[in-house]
Amino acid sequence: MSALIPYIDEPHPVTGVTNAKLGIWLFLASEVMLFGALFSTLIIMRSSATDWPAHGSDVLNVPLATLNTVFLIASSVTIVLSWAALKMKDLKKFKLNMGLTILLSFGFLVIKYIEYSSKFHHEHFPSTSTFYAVYFTLTGLHGLHVVGGIIANSYLLGPGSKMWFTEPERFTGRIECAGLYWHFVDLVWIFLFPALYLL
Amino acid sequence: MSNDTHNHSHSHSHGGAHALPFWRKYIFSTDHKTIGLQYGITAIFFLLFGFGLMLLMRWQLAYPKQAIPLIGKLFTEDGVLSPELYNQFGAMHGTIMVFLGVVPLAVGAFGNYLVPLQVGAQDMAFPKLNMLSYWAYFCGGVVMLGSFFSPNGAAASGWTSYPPLAVVADNGQSLWLIGMVFLITSSLLGSVNTIVTAIQLRVKGLSFMRWPIFVWAQVTTAFLLLLAFPPLEAAGVLQLMDRIAGTSFFLPSGLVVSGEALKVSGGGNPILWQHLFWFLAHPEVYVLILPAVGIVGEIIAVNTKKPLYGYKTLVYSLVFLGFMSFIVWAHHMFMTGMGVTMSTFFQATTMIISVPSVIILTTYLLTLWGASITYTVPMLFATAFLPMFAIGGLTGLPLGLTASDIHLHDTYYVIGHFHYVVAPGTLFALMAGVYFWYPKITGRFMSDTLGKIHFWLSVIAINGVFMPMFFMGMAGVSRRLYDQTIYAHGAAAQPLNVIMSVSAWILAVAQLPFLYNMATSWKTGKKVDSNNPWGGTTLEWAASSPPPHENFPTPVEVYRAPYEYSPNKKLLPQFVQEA
Repeated sequence: MSALIPYIDEPHPVTGVTNAKLGIWLFLASEVMLFGALFSTLIIMRSSATDWPAHGSDVLNVPLATLNTVFLIASSVTIVLSWAALKMKDLKKFKLNMGLTILLSFGFLVIKYIEYSSKFHHEHFPSTSTFYAVYFTLTGLHGLHVVGGIIANSYLLGPGSKMWFTEPERFTGRIECAGLYWHFVDLVWIFLFPALYLL
Repeated sequence: MSNDTHNHSHSHSHGGAHALPFWRKYIFSTDHKTIGLQYGITAIFFLLFGFGLMLLMRWQLAYPKQAIPLIGKLFTEDGVLSPELYNQFGAMHGTIMVFLGVVPLAVGAFGNYLVPLQVGAQDMAFPKLNMLSYWAYFCGGVVMLGSFFSPNGAAASGWTSYPPLAVVADNGQSLWLIGMVFLITSSLLGSVNTIVTAIQLRVKGLSFMRWPIFVWAQVTTAFLLLLAFPPLEAAGVLQLMDRIAGTSFFLPSGLVVSGEALKVSGGGNPILWQHLFWFLAHPEVYVLILPAVGIVGEIIAVNTKKPLYGYKTLVYSLVFLGFMSFIVWAHHMFMTGMGVTMSTFFQATTMIISVPSVIILTTYLLTLWGASITYTVPMLFATAFLPMFAIGGLTGLPLGLTASDIHLHDTYYVIGHFHYVVAPGTLFALMAGVYFWYPKITGRFMSDTLGKIHFWLSVIAINGVFMPMFFMGMAGVSRRLYDQTIYAHGAAAQPLNVIMSVSAWILAVAQLPFLYNMATSWKTGKKVDSNNPWGGTTLEWAASSPPPHENFPTPVEVYRAPYEYSPNKKLLPQFVQEA
């Protein structure tokens, strides 16, 4: 029973944040450590590798990845707009923008699927070389984060949005947390894209 | 209940808890006290299980290749513990004790039960997440236990799972990795919850510098878990990829296994695993010790009826210790042939981290100085913690210096060192905590006589187990041998093994009064006569025993720092306004 837990929908006077917001920031801190370890792996693997593509673009599809970057950045904008819409008390506009966010994230996954299947088609697997091992593991884990975001955002668009009618403040807070997480997922890609495709 | 669920968080309904069905109240409960007890009971089960594995291994070590009496036939046909089983038991003993025993008891059980009480909260900040973190832990435990029954048995590559050995090992290792992912998830959820609860749900008047030392210890621990575990999760994923998808993150080129070249792309780096592993596992050492430090601080203050000496210094030391623990990890890896620059850096940070540890011990000793100490059972364990932790800490210094580490690292000396920190150190503190907060949790005291028998037997036996390890290590006996008598220097030190094993079995017997005491005092122990039977000053003693659902029926407020006892031993609890 969460009946008496304070600071669910109003910020704590000292820390200036709600419980959920502090929680999501802590969670993101741990995510930074997770991807930090993975990026360190990338650096160590690459610096000691005997064969590594001179440029990622020699083996990976840069135009498709650029399109994916556009998709993710656009979805970061739409999720902010959906939160702003709630601040303006406009549930319809929230649903439109949240719907767009989810659509764009699906677009990202579809393109990722095309990239993966073309790699598999050419018999490039994680076991092929260290480069592909890093590529598949890092983009795969990032992809799982995208899937997690889609599940959370779909819940908030669908059944979760009922909360708007009973606790609008708390619901807006949830969208803000979902947005923070989504920005993080976007940010990881912003690092992955140059690290794997361009450099 | 049906009406309550449809009301929302603004409704102040108190009746909800009593109408909950059994499975919501005791199994899938969101009450932090129930979850704390679930953690506690599960963790004690795993502690006994992991201890049991070691008791069997100690037979092989004391009497190599002789059949284990009575129960040996359960494990192998001739009753002799086989080398394969020995390896599995060794790996799983470490894993179970650290990840399924001590941490869940120290952080999951004590943290969950006491942090909300000590900050005056009704519950944890995220009760459902709290339930989820217990069940993630439970699933991790089931996977780890289940791995014993998989075709080739459990993981057998040590609790550190070093590649390439771990990558080419049998399938038990994959289950180990999957189990670890559950346990890491559980820790992450739990640590977010602890930090948010301690910071956001503090009652009026409870500023940070009025936090009980236990809360400071738990919050520092939670930060360590939060930031140190993800790299191990990453490493676990990479090792799982190596094992399942055939990648070579940790497999170097040209690896030969059983006379055949391994068909992998190669080019990987086994040392990378060690870096990622120890980046977690060194902070993990402080995850094991800090909650114990917190518990001991509470018990010392209450049983000396004195303010803790240098409370602020203690707080700064705890936080500094937590920070430093992130930059000492490679002192576990001096043997990997790292360069002098690297090893000098990590040697220096290791020496620096011993400073706050010594400050903590000193403040506790100065609190005892000139105090009239009440030797209750929890205080016996808490006092014993100090020299035991000191032995563990001081014997660590030669391991932090590269020159001496090279001689000691692969010997029993290391086992003796860290067991002194974790077994008579942390575990004694946790037992002290059980005796100390048992009256709060159940409303009844544990038996004093049984407690004293438990204490004296334990403190003698546990030193019999671990003290000889230092001598054995300095005699040069490797810590990884199934049967050390095949070497002349090992055979010469063999009598020490018999002493250690007999002590370990006595230690096991010494736990029986403890378990009996815990089980029976629940119903038959002496009842407490007030909410504050020991005369404590922190907020948990304002709640009734056991605390009701939502802890404090009337809101509490904090008026002063913790541990403000006046010279004539008059009690000045945090929650009482008038002096």
